[in-house]
Amino acid sequence: MPFIPHTPAETEAMLESLGLPDLEALFDEIPSALRIGALPESVPEGVGELALSRIMHERADRHETPLSFLGAGAYEHFIPAAIWDIVTRGEFYSAYTPYQAEASQGTLQLIYEYQSMMAELTGLAVSNASLYDGATALAEACLMACRLVGREVDHPRVLLPEAVHPAYRDVVRTVLGPQSIPIETVPFDPRTGLIDDCWLESRLSTSEAGVLVLPQPNFFGLIERVAEWTEAAQKRGFRVVGLVNPTALALLEPPGQWGSRGADIACGEGQPLGVPLSLGGPYFGFMTTRIDCVRQMPGRIVGRTVDLEGRPGYTLTLQAREQHIRRARATSNICTNQGLLVTAATLYLSLLGPSGLRQVARAAHARTRELVEALTGLPGVRPLFEGTPFFHECALTAEKPAGELLAALADQGILGGYDLGEFDLKKPASAWLVCATEMRTAPDIARYRETLERVMVRGRAPAPPSRHPVIS
Amino acid sequence: MSGLIFDRSRPGRHAGGLAPEVLESVDDLPATCLRKVPPALPEVSELDVVRHYTRLSQKNFSIDTHFYPLGSCTMKYNPRAANRFAMLEGFLSAHPLAPARFQQGFLECVFELQEILRAVTGMSAVVLSPMAGAQGEFAGIAMIRRYHASRGDPGRTEILVPDAAHGTNPASAIMGGFRVREVPTGPDGDVDLDALQKAVGPATAGIMLTNPSTLGVFERRIVEIASLVHGAGGLLYYDGANLNAILGRARPGDMRFDILHLNLHKTFSTPHGGGGPGAAALGVSARLEPFLPTPFAARDPAGGFCWIGAEGRPESIGRLSAFMGNAGVLLRAYAYARLLGRGGLRRVSTFAALNANYLARRLEAAGFELAFPERRASHECIVTLRREAREYGVTAMDFAKRLLDYGLHAPTTYFPMLIPECLLIEPTETESKETLDAFVEAMSRIRAEAATDPERVRGAPWTTPVRRLDDVRAAREPDLRWRPPGVGSAAET
Repeated sequence: MPFIPHTPAETEAMLESLGLPDLEALFDEIPSALRIGALPESVPEGVGELALSRIMHERADRHETPLSFLGAGAYEHFIPAAIWDIVTRGEFYSAYTPYQAEASQGTLQLIYEYQSMMAELTGLAVSNASLYDGATALAEACLMACRLVGREVDHPRVLLPEAVHPAYRDVVRTVLGPQSIPIETVPFDPRTGLIDDCWLESRLSTSEAGVLVLPQPNFFGLIERVAEWTEAAQKRGFRVVGLVNPTALALLEPPGQWGSRGADIACGEGQPLGVPLSLGGPYFGFMTTRIDCVRQMPGRIVGRTVDLEGRPGYTLTLQAREQHIRRARATSNICTNQGLLVTAATLYLSLLGPSGLRQVARAAHARTRELVEALTGLPGVRPLFEGTPFFHECALTAEKPAGELLAALADQGILGGYDLGEFDLKKPASAWLVCATEMRTAPDIARYRETLERVMVRGRAPAPPSRHPVIS
Repeated sequence: MSGLIFDRSRPGRHAGGLAPEVLESVDDLPATCLRKVPPALPEVSELDVVRHYTRLSQKNFSIDTHFYPLGSCTMKYNPRAANRFAMLEGFLSAHPLAPARFQQGFLECVFELQEILRAVTGMSAVVLSPMAGAQGEFAGIAMIRRYHASRGDPGRTEILVPDAAHGTNPASAIMGGFRVREVPTGPDGDVDLDALQKAVGPATAGIMLTNPSTLGVFERRIVEIASLVHGAGGLLYYDGANLNAILGRARPGDMRFDILHLNLHKTFSTPHGGGGPGAAALGVSARLEPFLPTPFAARDPAGGFCWIGAEGRPESIGRLSAFMGNAGVLLRAYAYARLLGRGGLRRVSTFAALNANYLARRLEAAGFELAFPERRASHECIVTLRREAREYGVTAMDFAKRLLDYGLHAPTTYFPMLIPECLLIEPTETESKETLDAFVEAMSRIRAEAATDPERVRGAPWTTPVRRLDDVRAAREPDLRWRPPGVGSAAET
């Protein structure tokens, strides 16, 4: 029996010591009308590890891995071998939340080191032990910022730029909706792709204080004027949430340095730090804040203290914020963090160090510049927001519909980018977002350019023969 | 010698060969937006990193190294094969926004897992986007809100929660915009039906129940509870934290629950990972289907599989994550379900119950007091150490800490809060009889120590990397991060 050690003799002996006739009797408190004799036949019978291995290999390898220029919130970076060798050690993999601190010093110290690294990276005082992903970290940051503003204002509103990841905006709506917190969409300027100056300036000067979310870079990969906006918003009593890419923080001013005071909260998606794309998860969300806001922060926090003999040790702390103590009055219902992913990120940041992370950030920026240069060399292809600086993503426009071009590229085994069709671009144009990291080479970029040139002329060619039926 | 990774840092040292060698230009970016001071990340070699974190790992208790009977957490063996399969390169390298034609293998796994869980729970539909049990609870509560709103019934503002419930239940109800009303438990461990009768009414949006409850017993009057709450116009939410106890034996759908979540990191043996990632399934009865969060997997008319997104689902509560939840965790749960199959899944509850009942009776025979001695244990049992606390001045926490010295992880302590000085013990089905016997033996020895040498117990643990920690100091003087030398807190924002 898989994973059950009992021999028939042991089972017999255990039943006898319980005075029970058979195993069924263990369930005699369940009303008989509710008991089932077996699971429905739609549940397949068990298979051995070898048989399942064949099934899983076939499914993992069903498709050729396409050449990807797709980012949009999930980024392909190089992951050193040491990371996941260590992360999947049983002592990390199969431990639980460190409730018994003395028996969990490995996990606890690691989280303390992670918190230190994230605080350094974002330029803020303190970090929590992580949240589910970037989108939920943003939603929790909005709730937290509302609590901070709520001391002064009755019904704080959240100003959420349209140039924040569309899925993140959806998650913020899902989470804030039941609290009846109003969300206002900050439009972007269709010429620059950045926050619309006039709109936000007038809103900051007329509206009651609330929460302003500032993405850096924004969803289009563009560098926002975050320092000025932070300054202007905080003068009007707003709390500022910086939504940042952790790789970009090796290059760009960290949220803790925005304006004269720094952002109040920084958050974002931690996936670029050593976590594989893995179809969208598990990733982790990070969150850091100023020291005076820490008691409003959701999620686990680890602190350093001493043991009975005065030796340093680590423990979960400030738990009076949390659901298992505070129940209905907790800062959030969250009770896990994304432990294994935090472990990966801590190893990643240690292995790369300040210089390695900077090189990765700059290489991603350089490859994307080269990609944009190569593609805009084709007739009719140009940057959608000409002249606005970008990090490692850039919106391009062409005469043909982006959806059609991307489908034709996919037929040729290239993920050409993210279709921006859902945005109101206020231009008779169609656009898509491209991304290149240090993983893309000059030949990769050349292949994209050649293929795009071909499909722009010819349209969608018949797909190359595939080993398996293709569903589009 | 442990120290922090930062203590190993030396200016100019680095792992080498892991990042691009060339430092590319950023002359196109405005200088004002560039970082002035690099982050003080550690500067260490690859061996420094590997050795430091390998050694840290060795300071953990884990399922792979120790018996870990943490009640309510289902710390069963996490099959290595499930991890190996989820880490196949074809899955790891797949971008979540790639067209579905590049995700067919993964989608097939997700779809089949949805189907397996539908059959296991008896619900009409199951989706897999919640990233943990608590997020599943939030989604379920948000659906209850939408359901009543869709019927033009906005006066239902209360969620009923038994006083023994997990702390996430009331916290989730609040996040979902409801008030919480506690329902007391009777002396036999079941919900107090009279009190429930008085609590339900036109303000009742629903009730959140764990069954078997956190008290380690099956809620015997579940059918009456369902009638009472449904009769008053409320919905029933099933917290699936304890499904391991009844897997393949009884189904929440047959108990007439409307919404449930399952913790896949418990019943379906995906790793706890030192705190996560978890993953949850969300199941609903037919009338709740329109409100399900997106995305989820479905069959494609062309014979393959596709994602169902927000389009055409105007009543959905929306998205819970940027992409598809904790996708890689779902692969592990799928692998586990396939390895066990129809018969194996039912054996899980059989042996989980056998182990818990055996352990309960052996502890009782050894002179420990069970919280509910008249009841059949579910997959876990509760011992109350109030007598030991009174007679020897040795608490449940002291027992827990002393167990660590015996090489056993402590059970859950002081939860549920209703039972004084309690240990909530969940052995799981993957532990052998000799492990259970060794646990009882250790408990007996600790009690003997408490009688003759209580300081031995009160001072425990003695053999772990650190001894008992000063939690008060941790909270009063928060030290939440390392700081570079010479940087005082005044320089911080």
